[in-house]
This record gives sequence, structure tokens and C-alpha cells, in this order.
Amino acid sequence: MIRKWIGRPLLWQEYRDGYIFILPWLLGFLIFVAGPMIASLLISFTRWEIVTPARWVGLEQYTKLFADDRFYLSLYNTAYYVFLGVPLHLLLALLAAMAMNLNIRGIRFYRTVYFLPSITPVVASSLLWLWIFNPEFGLANSALSALGLPRLFWLQDPRLAKAAFIIMSFWNIGGQMVILLAGLKGIPPALYEAAHIDGAGAWASFRNITLPMLSPAIFFNLILAIIGAFQVFTQAYIITQGGPENATLFYVLYLYRAAFENFRMGYASALAWVLFIIILIFTYIQFKLSDRWVFYEGEVKE
Amino acid sequence: MITIRRNRIGTGHLPVWQELLWQLLLAAIGIVMLAPLAWLISTSLKEPGAIFKLPPVWIPNPVRLANYPEALTSLPFIRFFFNTLTITFWATLGTLVTASMAAYAFARLRFPGRGFLFALVLSTLMLPSVVTLIPTFILFRNLHWIDTYLPLIVPFWLGGGAFNIFLLRQFFLTIPLELDEAARIDGASNYRIYAQIILPLAQPALATVSIFSIIAHWNEFVLPLIYLHDMNKWTMAIGLQGFSDLYSTQWNLLMAASTVMLLPLIILFFSAQRYYLEGIQMSGIAGR
Repeated sequence: MIRKWIGRPLLWQEYRDGYIFILPWLLGFLIFVAGPMIASLLISFTRWEIVTPARWVGLEQYTKLFADDRFYLSLYNTAYYVFLGVPLHLLLALLAAMAMNLNIRGIRFYRTVYFLPSITPVVASSLLWLWIFNPEFGLANSALSALGLPRLFWLQDPRLAKAAFIIMSFWNIGGQMVILLAGLKGIPPALYEAAHIDGAGAWASFRNITLPMLSPAIFFNLILAIIGAFQVFTQAYIITQGGPENATLFYVLYLYRAAFENFRMGYASALAWVLFIIILIFTYIQFKLSDRWVFYEGEVKE
Repeated sequence: MITIRRNRIGTGHLPVWQELLWQLLLAAIGIVMLAPLAWLISTSLKEPGAIFKLPPVWIPNPVRLANYPEALTSLPFIRFFFNTLTITFWATLGTLVTASMAAYAFARLRFPGRGFLFALVLSTLMLPSVVTLIPTFILFRNLHWIDTYLPLIVPFWLGGGAFNIFLLRQFFLTIPLELDEAARIDGASNYRIYAQIILPLAQPALATVSIFSIIAHWNEFVLPLIYLHDMNKWTMAIGLQGFSDLYSTQWNLLMAASTVMLLPLIILFFSAQRYYLEGIQMSGIAGR
């Protein structure tokens, strides 16, 4: 072994440098990812209020959790937000990206305008939305009454509050839009020209060129958007504190309260692991389904 | 003879009537997109009594500039500004240094386990942060790092995030290998190739990572909420809440402070937009 290294000093040097270059990341991975994951699994088998020593309770936290109405409620609220919000959000981001790919005057300006809301500080935008959805003074109801529609109690109405959160999220399509736009820019124009010569219309071009060529970018966004949406927290923490009638008690808000307001570290860790497994299952399903609709260049399909 | 009308999506110019239609549509949606921001700035210039007038007044009359000095002094908001600046600067610097180091190793150096380790990087991209939140909090608490900036900076000196490593690696792969080889023949080490060839050529990608990172740290809410309890250590994101409690919100001051917080990001985004789009496109994150 040593002889091999002595015989090939350059290769040995490259190995050594490789490990030196990834060392910060590797340390970070061990300290902030692998270590905490194992630790949180272990903590979820304990009862631990931080100030008192941890006590091993086996699966007690999990049995408690599966008997907890609030756990199911927060899961339902979160699922509502994920499965209604993410597809709509992604669809709007795709439409916006396609519009931003048009060759018209001032398109750079429009790109900036559509992107700006997504860099607004979340506290500012959350409080702003609190005001926009105000039943008396808010813009949302002003717009409704201008259209002759009845006023709504957006954030005070348990049936509407989650929908209001989804509407809010539409102002943050900027990040996805930029990534999808980059994907659109990477599609060779020759493909559209060839399709045009073959007599394909706009819809056929979209269906047979744009969608398949863009599918890896859509897939990438979809995976990260679902993981992000499952962890919706800040807006609910600031705007509704989980209300009205717990209609916006999202999963991570419930977890945050268990951990940082009630200091029930064992229970909160069990909540975290259940969410992790749910997200893992959904990510796995998406990777399985992706074979059917995501197209990678250079890959030969049967 | 075949003439190709170059009016397909993404190429050439549209006919005039189509361009007009798109302009109208994009402008209309643009107004809706900007309405909350416009309201934010408009409210920041209003007198307290003028905020809730119906129908909404968009152009404040009279303009009350005094909201700004008031907002900046009623809370130690200037202090929050510099706290945020400090954290954003050090965290972003750490991200640039360590993410580019890892990206260089994954793009250019051969070492046993490289494929596996890179797969590990990608898999952490899909890891929900709540799973690691509680043990990380306990770790920092035991280190007595609560109410210091270390929990908000140190992790970013250890890898800088999977997304950034991935983005930079994809970009490094597009830099011709011949450049490395020429330098190596001249006796340059891997460290020199990294610092003097790869990094200078990767400026668009580094700019993209910087912008992502600056926006994220500038607006970060959860980390300061958990780790910074002493008001003197607060960031702007946390400090904004000081203008609002359960019963009343000083809207004009809140919006003035929000404008102060937002303005540097808008300037940054405007001035670096070119790099930003180019960086994302070149990185191949969008799938090619």
C-alpha cells in the first residue's frame, strides 16, 4: 500500500488535497447533519425538559403523538397547504417564467418586478399581508368590493385562513421563476424551428418540446418546494399564531411550540422524525414517478 | 424557398399586436405583484391617521419623512442593522470559501469515495432542517453560544450549504480542464489552481451564491429567533416585530424600518441581476 503511494506521489497528493478541500464540509456534515440526526432520534425516545435530566421512555413519545389530536390537525393543515399550494405555485411560476422568456421590450424590468416580492423580508411581508387581509381596511376586501363581491374575513375565518396563506405564497414565485427561466433559455431554438417547419402549432411545441426539455427543472423545483412547504412556519408564527381555531396550526409551528415554548424536547424530536419520514416517503414516491415524466437529455428510453 | 418566421417562444420579435397584448398583461400582473411593496413604501411616508383611510390612498399627503428617524431611533434599529450586516457578511464569506473548496474537490480532484460523498451532499439538499434543529440548539446551548452570533455564522464556515456546493461544482465543470493542466505543467499546486484559475473564472457563479446567501441571511428569521434573546443582539428581521404587538401596530414606523431593511437588497439585486441569471443558467441547475 505504502509502496503504491511512494510510486505515485502525485496521485497520493491529489487524494490528500481532495480530502483537505472537502474537510470543512465533511466536518459540517458530521457536526450539523449526521450527529444531530442520530441525536434527535435518540432524544425522541426520552422525556427531556432541558432543565431536568433526560429519562429513557422508549416509544412513549410516539404512542402519545399518535393519540394527539393536535398532531393530526397540524398534519392536515400542512397537507392542505402542500397539496393545494405547491402545484398552483409551481404552475404560476412556470407561466411567469414563460412570459419572462418572451422577446418584448422591457422584459428585464418585468423580471425584476416579478422577482422583487420574493426578497421582501418575511416579517415585513407577513405583517403587510396581515394588513392586506384586514376585513375593514385591507386591500383584499377593497379589491373585492370594487368588483362588487362580498367582503371576506380572510384570516379570521377558519375555512379561509389556509387559502389566504396559499394566496400569499403566490407573491413568492420569483425564486422558482428564475430557475425555470434559466431552463427555458437552455432549450435550443433549433428545436422550435424544426417543429415549426413540421407544422407544429404553439401548443404542440409546448407539449412536445418545452415541457420535456424543462421537466428536470420542474422536477427539481417540485421536490424542493414540497420539502419547503411541509416546513411552513414563519408566516403562521407571525400572522396568525396558528389561529383562528387552529386552522393555521402548521406542523412545524406545533413542533416549535413543543420544543421552544414548552421545552418538551423528546416530544418535539418525535414530531421531527415523523415529519422527516413523511417527507422521505413523498420524495421517494416522486423519484419513482419521475421516470414517467422527467426527460433527461442523453438518456435512452425504452 | 422556406422562410422561417422567428416568432416562436424565445426567439425573434413578436408581431406588434401580440407584443401590445403581452405588455398590457405583464404590466397588469406586475402592478398586482408590486402593490404590497408600493403600499409598504407609501405607508412608510404617511401620518399615523392617514394609514387606514378608505378608499386606500396610495400617494401620501402630506409626506411624513419623520417616520424614518423615528423608526430608526425608537428601537435600537440602527444597531439591528449593523448586527444583521455583521452576521450576513461573515456567514456569506464562510459560504463562499468553504462551498467553493468542496465544489473544487468534487469537480476537479480524484480521491476515493468522491462519488459517494457527493451523493451525500445532494441528499442533504433534501433533508428537512427541523430534524437537526433541536440537537443543534442543544449543542450550541451547551457551548454557551446562545446570544452570540456564532450559531448563525459557524455552520456556514463548514460547507456553506449543499445547494451552493452543487451550484459551484456544476459551474466549475464548465471551466476547460486544459487550463488546470497547463498550470500543473508549470508546477502549480492544487491550491494555486483553485485560487488563481478556478475562482477568478467562476465569478458569475460566486456572485450568484453571494446573492442567494446575502438575501437568505439578511432575511433569516428562525435562527435569530431561537438563538438571539438579548435585544442588543437582535437582527432587523426579529427587530421588526418590536413595532407590533397583539393590540397595536405602529404601521408607519414598521414600514419605514422595513423599507430600510429592504433597500440594500433591492440595490444589490438591481446591480447584480446580470450575474445572477447568468450564474443560475451556467450552473446547469435547471437541468442541463
